[in-house]
Amino acid sequence: MMTILWIAGVLLAILAVAWAFRWAGQKATSNAPGFRDMPLSVAFGYVFGAALLIWAVRFYFQPTQTEQGVAVASVMFFRWAVQGLIIAMIAAFAFKQFGKYVGSAWSRKLFRSMPLTASFGILVIILYSIVAIFAGAIAPYGQAEILGAANVLPGGDPALGGNPDYPLGTDNIGRDILSRLIYGAQNTVGIAFVTTLLAFVIGVTLGFLAATLGGWLDQLLSRGVDVLMAIPSLIFALLLMTIASVWAPRLGIPLTFFMVVIIAVIDSTRVYRLARAVALNIVVMDYIEAAKLRGEGLGYLVFREILPNATAPLLAEFGLRFCFVFLTIAALSFLGVGIQPPLADWGTMVRDLAPFINFAQFAPLAAVTPLLAAGAIALLTVAVNFVVDWMLHKSSGLKE
Amino acid sequence: MSTLLKIRDIRLEGRSDEQWNPIINGVDLTLQKGEVLGLIGESGAGKSTLGLAAMGFTRDGVRISSGSVEFDGIDLVNASAAVKRGLLGKRIAYVAQSAAASFNPAHRIIEQHYEGPTQHGVMSKADSIADGVELYGKLRLPNPDEIGFRYPHQVSGGQLQRAMTAMAMACRPDLIIFDEPTTALDVTTQIEVLASIREIVEEYDTAAIYITHDLAVVAQMADQIKVLLKGDEVETADTRTMLAAPTQEYTKSLWAVRSFERPTKPAVNTGAVPVVSVRNVDAAYGTVPVLHDVSFDIHEGRTVAVVGESGSGKSTTARCITGLLPPKAGEIAFDGNVLPADYRKRDKSQLRQAQMIYQMADTALNPRMSIGNIISRPVQFYTGLTGKALRARVDSLLDQIELEPTQYYNRLPSELSGGQKQRIGIARALAAEPKFIICDEVTSALDQLVAEGILRLLAKLQDELKLSYMFITHDLATVRAIADEVVVMKDGRVVEQGEKKAMFTPPHHAYTDLLLSSVPEMDPDWLTNLLQERGVDNIGDAAVDKM
Repeated sequence: MMTILWIAGVLLAILAVAWAFRWAGQKATSNAPGFRDMPLSVAFGYVFGAALLIWAVRFYFQPTQTEQGVAVASVMFFRWAVQGLIIAMIAAFAFKQFGKYVGSAWSRKLFRSMPLTASFGILVIILYSIVAIFAGAIAPYGQAEILGAANVLPGGDPALGGNPDYPLGTDNIGRDILSRLIYGAQNTVGIAFVTTLLAFVIGVTLGFLAATLGGWLDQLLSRGVDVLMAIPSLIFALLLMTIASVWAPRLGIPLTFFMVVIIAVIDSTRVYRLARAVALNIVVMDYIEAAKLRGEGLGYLVFREILPNATAPLLAEFGLRFCFVFLTIAALSFLGVGIQPPLADWGTMVRDLAPFINFAQFAPLAAVTPLLAAGAIALLTVAVNFVVDWMLHKSSGLKE
Repeated sequence: MSTLLKIRDIRLEGRSDEQWNPIINGVDLTLQKGEVLGLIGESGAGKSTLGLAAMGFTRDGVRISSGSVEFDGIDLVNASAAVKRGLLGKRIAYVAQSAAASFNPAHRIIEQHYEGPTQHGVMSKADSIADGVELYGKLRLPNPDEIGFRYPHQVSGGQLQRAMTAMAMACRPDLIIFDEPTTALDVTTQIEVLASIREIVEEYDTAAIYITHDLAVVAQMADQIKVLLKGDEVETADTRTMLAAPTQEYTKSLWAVRSFERPTKPAVNTGAVPVVSVRNVDAAYGTVPVLHDVSFDIHEGRTVAVVGESGSGKSTTARCITGLLPPKAGEIAFDGNVLPADYRKRDKSQLRQAQMIYQMADTALNPRMSIGNIISRPVQFYTGLTGKALRARVDSLLDQIELEPTQYYNRLPSELSGGQKQRIGIARALAAEPKFIICDEVTSALDQLVAEGILRLLAKLQDELKLSYMFITHDLATVRAIADEVVVMKDGRVVEQGEKKAMFTPPHHAYTDLLLSSVPEMDPDWLTNLLQERGVDNIGDAAVDKM
């Protein structure tokens, strides 16, 4: 009860300040349109944002340890988050400046009109790609190499239970977490990329065919896809993976191969839907009719007339779909049927180290270990989405 | 008379490519109470932007950079949002070009009608509904008591446009901005809307700004005409003065467009085999019959204009000829040989004989292909030319359509103007070296000056290449300019056909007569005279329905 009253009081106070802020603004600027036509709700938003900022700054500068020397986890994590955000912003800004002056005229123009979020996304994707491609050269240890000490905390400070040889610590059976993260990029991202590519080849081909030919082929494919989409995708994937895990050793084919095909087929249904919808809008255009009347074949219609006009939405979907596939793989690995040990994989790493999250209250450093792999997943997902948003915005031709 | 609207040296800018580009460069405008001002110009002249600025409103990405807009003593440029809210809809109203796109399809027409008066506190809901019904009656909508309770998709385009005018009238505003209200309508419907707009504006002594690109329309509506060109005012004058003696070159050129007319060609020899012959064609979309027993011939080097309102089956006939819609009965013959009904069963040499030019050049050209690719594909496809020979052929085609090859070869369609795009459409059709080209409303989306250029080009090509055209149009001025023979269609039937000269001299079939007399003329008294002639209840749709 007290809490509700307290919240209501704060909101009312903010509202009062907002009203005063608007009034003062009107007086100070002698009724400039910005203040004159400002609704109270917008003024409320400004004041609320300012209040939040003040609170955040105060919270940031609270001590990280109590007087008894116990770490205060909330402040520590908050500080890390803020520092990470600032570093990301600086990196994105620097990368954008770099892109503005280096490269071809085309790429320079692209960077000039790019929002900061997109340049951050591109930077992260480039870094991940480098790490994934050169994993063997970058990683200090092998991904399956079991080193001496298990459960070394990250940070590399021996006084806090770390070890400078393993900057991000070791896992529960003594493998270097940094190395496994780097190899994980290769395994998880690489497999996700191949899977998404396969999903697109299947989905786009069938979707374009259905849209162009129509008739019974369209009905057959679309209803088939409806049936597949009716089954919850993760559960369906789990079911199929369980079956595949029995077959794989008998047939002598690695389980990963089955996983790629299963996820690609399930995800291609979504791609099919999009490709068909996009192509349906294109096939009614007069230039397609002109090409048909010219006597062009199906291949020309699909690849020369339809595909170039569908690339923007498909590329955007590719980015988004990549995230979903990537999360599905991580989820399957977390559940134990995805990428198999001893291969390093971020989903498996989160599962293996998950119990440490319970120590967050007392030992923030120990709790960080599962968050490292989770953070790697989150960062890539966010980065890809930033880039996709930007591409969609560009292709829609909207002006801000 | 007192001044209602005073715009002084207004400058508007639009944002594109990260910078502000001028749209209107210092235009003055004065409007007295009860006066109608016609605003004319090509697309891109800034007519709509100026019209909206008169309401103190700008579209997103547009700003008023300087100048003043004074409405009845109120400075609209600096007025607060609250002041504008009180004015817009109540004292200043707006009628958009496409009523179909401007009505909310989820609400009944009357619900959208009473929104303004009740919001502004002018009338109660019940009064406003009663008033709406009265306005519908005045605008001569059929069943005024009931029509407001329909949804927008349940009434025709012309009726919707009138319902929108009624909506603008709901608060009895002092000023209405009409933004091309009849451009999307057929001639017979257009008259009705024009007559009712004029009547109601006169009755309530409302001032209006009437934006259009059609001179003949503006001549009927406006007391004063202002001509705009690329954001600059060309001239302003009283309607009669302007029509009789335009002073500026640009205005004169606009007036002169309608003078283009091809010399009449000699009649066809009776024994000649027609290039295309449509014989007793019946066609249907699914089970809905669209064409009934359509027959006509097109001879070498001649232009046959197919005219009629939207929905009369003009384009469907074209689809039957090209084979996109196989006819239910009847046949299409080419040089005397009957063609397979379905285009998929025709071979290359049959397909290349009949080419098509489309109405909307925007959708007829693949936006991702360069001009060079668009034209070279059919050349390569039909003639098998490659390399230098192919390039030379494409260059000569570009020369034929009067575009500089080196300059345009690598451009994308989005980098061309509307008229240039239409020329590329023509070049693509020519690339197949056809004998026969179907032109489907090729000039209706273009400004008059540009359209005239296209018509002249088509005429020139016809003389050079002995082409035959099937010219689908609803614009009788175009027919007069280019046709040799005319086929008049209504409800999927051929109503009348014959030589152009015979068609334009009475006696006509009643429907042809209606079509012909509905084409607005430059005479400012034309509409008044026509309405007297036809009688009040017998114009436009009403006249069609009586046939």
